[in-house]
Amino acid sequence: MSRPGRDEDPDRLYTVTGGRSRSGTGADTFDLVTLVVSESAPTPGMQSELASILRICRSPTAVVELASDLGLPVSVVRILLGDLLADGRITARHPRTSDVADALPDPDILKQVLVGLRNL
Amino acid sequence: MDSATSEATRDTEGTTAHGTAPATRPPLHSSAANGLKIVIVGGFGVGKTTMVRSVSDIRPLNTEETMTRAGEGVDDLSGVRGKTTTTIAFDFGRISLNDRTVLYLFGAPGQERFWFLWDRLFSGTLGAVVLVDTRRLEDSWYAIDRLEAHGTPFIVARNDFGGPRHTTEQVREALDLPADIPLVDCDARSRESSRDVLIALVHHLYALSTESTESTTHHAPETSS
Ligand SMILES: Nc1nc2c(ncn2[C@@H]2O[C@H](COP(=O)(O)OP(=O)(O)O)[C@@H](O)[C@H]2O)c(=O)[nH]1
Ligand SMILES: [Mg+2]
Repeated sequence: MSRPGRDEDPDRLYTVTGGRSRSGTGADTFDLVTLVVSESAPTPGMQSELASILRICRSPTAVVELASDLGLPVSVVRILLGDLLADGRITARHPRTSDVADALPDPDILKQVLVGLRNL
Repeated sequence: MDSATSEATRDTEGTTAHGTAPATRPPLHSSAANGLKIVIVGGFGVGKTTMVRSVSDIRPLNTEETMTRAGEGVDDLSGVRGKTTTTIAFDFGRISLNDRTVLYLFGAPGQERFWFLWDRLFSGTLGAVVLVDTRRLEDSWYAIDRLEAHGTPFIVARNDFGGPRHTTEQVREALDLPADIPLVDCDARSRESSRDVLIALVHHLYALSTESTESTTHHAPETSS
């Protein structure tokens, strides 16, 4: 199920994350559509993927967009983001769909969606 | 990638290659803070990518998730060496609804073997559109089962491939679709038609969310075009 021409090499993923599985800072909290914003510029010698994230996130960027830009699986990007968050280099704007987890979406948010769609 | 190249890619491929410079898409507003998700699910070739492209502010992007086993991410990358992993690709687009709110649309293959991944990837989604081709309705059975089991609200959109017409009742029967789940017609190549599918889904979600909180008053949104 992998498309041709892609670097699926687990060794690359291993290298990017230093062989770690989860960052200590709740990488799991990054939703696909959590919007990430840089709080600092890349520093010289910084790992290139981290530097790329900081550059891309000068404007808010969703986790899934970062994964696409970097050509890395979402789960690997989450680990990198956990590191950046722990270092205070990014902030994360998590989705808010309803007050209660797993509940139906908030009608006020749905109204915003309707207005936005009608303006398309 | 220059713009001429990206137009060519768009016409022939539909989605971008990995690693595309983000400069090819417009930045979100600096106050963007709330990302919402809608999933478009359906069989191969039913028009998911076409629909995403029709309504998206950006050319559809493609990314992937790698899983070591059902329900888990790459939880031990050292263990990935020599272990079988599953990689699924999905495409997505986005619509900036206002300065704060961005709607992401995901095109997701509906085949059985992917579902353990979607359950995890798409938790927290507002709802789903099941895109069907009436020539191959059975391709969507599994997706509908799964959405029902998962409690994800959805509507069904019949994409027009110009095949023989079936009545709404015939389609509902073939899909075993309850009467309270909207079934709409669309042409995924049309921006207006695809937008109207999303509006139909959001109307359905709105009805569900207000009927479950009947006691509180919500102003019904104006009806759409
Ligand atoms: N006639 C017709 N063709 C369509 C429609 N939607 C998509 N297609 C075509 O069907 C093919 C598959 O569409 P695609 O979006 O790639 O399907 P996906 O596999 O679900 O993402 C493409 O060649 C589209 O141009 C439609 O509404 N009508
Ligand atoms: Mg597709």
